[in-house]
Amino acid sequence: MDLSAINPVLLIASLMVAATPLLLAAIGELVVEKAGVLNLGVEGMMIVGAIAGFATAVESGSPFFGFIAAAIAGAALSILFAILTQFAQANQVASGLSLTLFGLGLSALMGQSYVGIKPPQMGDIHIPVLSDLPVVGPILFGHDIILYFGIALTAAVWWMLKYSRLGLVLRAVGENHDAAHALGYKVLKIRLLAIMFGGACAGLGGAYISLIRVPQWTEGMTAGIGWIALALVVFASWKPWRALLGAYLFGGVTVVQLNLQAAGVAIPVEYLAMSPYLITIIVLVILSADKSSAPASLGRNFHASR
Amino acid sequence: MTVPLLSLQGLTKAYPGVVANDTVSFDIGEGEVHALLGENGAGKSTLVKMIYGLVKPDNGKMLLRGQPYEPAEPRQARADGIAMVFQHFSLFDALNVAENIALGMENPPEMRDLAARIREVSETYGLPLDPFRTVGDLSAGERQRVEIIRCLLQDPKLLIMDEPTSVLTPQEVEILFKTLQKLQSEGTSILYISHKLEEIRTLCDHATILRLGKNVGECIPSETSARDMAEMMVGSTLQTPERGSREFGAVAMDISGLSVPAPSAFGTALKNVHLTVRKGEILGIGGVAGNGQDELLGVLSGETLTEADAVKLHGEPIGKLGPTARRKLGVLAAPEERLGHAAAPDMSLTENAMLTGSVREGLEKNGFLDWGATKDFAERIIKAFDVRTPGPGNAARSLSGGNLQKFVIGREVLQDPDVLVVNQPTWGVDAAAAAAIRQSLLDLAAKGAAVICISQDLDELMEISDSFAALNEGRLSAPREAAGLTVDEIGLMMGGAHGMEVAHV
Repeated sequence: MDLSAINPVLLIASLMVAATPLLLAAIGELVVEKAGVLNLGVEGMMIVGAIAGFATAVESGSPFFGFIAAAIAGAALSILFAILTQFAQANQVASGLSLTLFGLGLSALMGQSYVGIKPPQMGDIHIPVLSDLPVVGPILFGHDIILYFGIALTAAVWWMLKYSRLGLVLRAVGENHDAAHALGYKVLKIRLLAIMFGGACAGLGGAYISLIRVPQWTEGMTAGIGWIALALVVFASWKPWRALLGAYLFGGVTVVQLNLQAAGVAIPVEYLAMSPYLITIIVLVILSADKSSAPASLGRNFHASR
Repeated sequence: MTVPLLSLQGLTKAYPGVVANDTVSFDIGEGEVHALLGENGAGKSTLVKMIYGLVKPDNGKMLLRGQPYEPAEPRQARADGIAMVFQHFSLFDALNVAENIALGMENPPEMRDLAARIREVSETYGLPLDPFRTVGDLSAGERQRVEIIRCLLQDPKLLIMDEPTSVLTPQEVEILFKTLQKLQSEGTSILYISHKLEEIRTLCDHATILRLGKNVGECIPSETSARDMAEMMVGSTLQTPERGSREFGAVAMDISGLSVPAPSAFGTALKNVHLTVRKGEILGIGGVAGNGQDELLGVLSGETLTEADAVKLHGEPIGKLGPTARRKLGVLAAPEERLGHAAAPDMSLTENAMLTGSVREGLEKNGFLDWGATKDFAERIIKAFDVRTPGPGNAARSLSGGNLQKFVIGREVLQDPDVLVVNQPTWGVDAAAAAAIRQSLLDLAAKGAAVICISQDLDELMEISDSFAALNEGRLSAPREAAGLTVDEIGLMMGGAHGMEVAHV
């Protein structure tokens, strides 16, 4: 066992990378759930985003285009969910689950000819002086642009929900869709937009795995991150900054356990592998003591029956 | 005569199978308080929804100060100076007062300015309100203030109020009326919908009466008796419930020193509740909604389990028995919420009859359901309580509120209970149906059953109950003999006006 091989600076830098897909998917789902919709298809949208982004990046040679394609693919898949649940009044849980199964199958089909290829690299940003600082440089100023986008998105969503008119209307729709309708707000339109935003974020999260974190394409490579994102939203009590905290905690434990495995710690690998899920859930359960914060209309279909 | 503020001309709206409004015409003058009267299903709600732009009329037109007025959506109606206070509050529990109000405005100012405006308007009209409190924590009266202030901030020309007083204490009603009179003196017109005819007589200048979607007459409320107005609504003479003299028997149900924690964040804890009801007695329990009514019903019906000794039936502890076991012993309950609590909305009336009737009516044998007998039982309810529906195969959801209420009360009454607990038995039910329901409760008591009637309608409680107690923040006042209680005494038992100052107008 050689713990001295673990470099704390690299560890922190890599935990941020490990956390970003989860963060992106969770922030998207948080907005969807705040609008009162429960989309269990996060995993499916992520994996479709992962392959769509990967394929586009390989074909065009630009990882940036890859991310755009991933967002579009995730949103497109989420529109399917929106049509089923918002317009055809299908059950949200069943539709979300089938969306995940559909996404896993579709991505496997799309990805057949991309196995074993290396995608073009997304360069890390480099700010003169700042990025070269010891310790702080690699942690704060040496990442790819999408990682910063994820943090910026968290801040933007937090601000939007708390201070903007749009956020207020979104929360109102998630809280009591009948009352929102009576006041003249377009419940279905707002929910459709929220669902598409969630889909785009999940797609971005998926592409982050296939283009930056791993980077290659294998079937089923999201490996349950979409499910963790769903749990994260609940345990974060629908609060963006808590979702960020939870994602970083998850990413951190994932990276630490990988390092411990590499260092040959005498704990069975299975326990190490399950530790990120376990610790994230335990911590967030403790944090989410106030249970009343769930949007009151969550998972209920709206129909203007007048 | 000058041009009326709003003139409705031949408004018609049909839904599949029913004409909700049939060529309805009337005028609302400037600064007039205009009452809209009618039974359940007479088309009042549809009519105001058309004025507020939630529903589009099939035919006919509206003129606002002589100009054509066709609101495509509520937004436009609000822009034209029409505001509405809804019957079922259209508020968001998890948001605070200022956020709720901002949602009802077109161009809300910054939160801080809005909060200042809310304080200013609420003080002007004697409706104190803290802009930063969460709406889920407010009493019904305070919630209504939120709705009213939301309307007032937009400086409306016409304020539509759908059954505003049904959830208020008498003192709160008085304050509301002062506010409305002040508004009227400032030139605002008010369209006022209520079942409470005495209120309309004191407040309104003019009344239009709807029956089955048609305008069947107008009157000046202050010059017409409440009875005449009720008969115009119903179209026939009205039966008032009659109470025979009754002998009270032994104590049927007894609760002593019961405390139950609040079941949810927006629920109410019951605190040290004492209650006894004798055979043949009707105990009326008043109080403003949200003061523990649902929780008390839960304890009595067996949905909430307590210490065995806390609830006793004929001296036997039943606190640990669930609803089905209590039904077997003769303790039946009809909760307030019709759709979802008293009845399963998407199930047929037959199936709903099975749900509570299976034990006492012997509809279930060796685990098999006897649908034939259940259908007979459902038909008996429909016949005995004049439930208007094509048949027992119809879904509960398809019935109007009043009809479904008759069904859920009838279902329990016909099971011949020893103790019947009802919550809001005539909520949203028109005068004729309400009278029938009250009569059935009186008849039941005359046969020797103990009845506990939880209600927010004080007139109803005074009409049927022998003794009266009030719930206030989960505490039950000591019961008093109902005969001879004054409105002021009742108001005080209910906890007064919940910290409200009487408006200085």
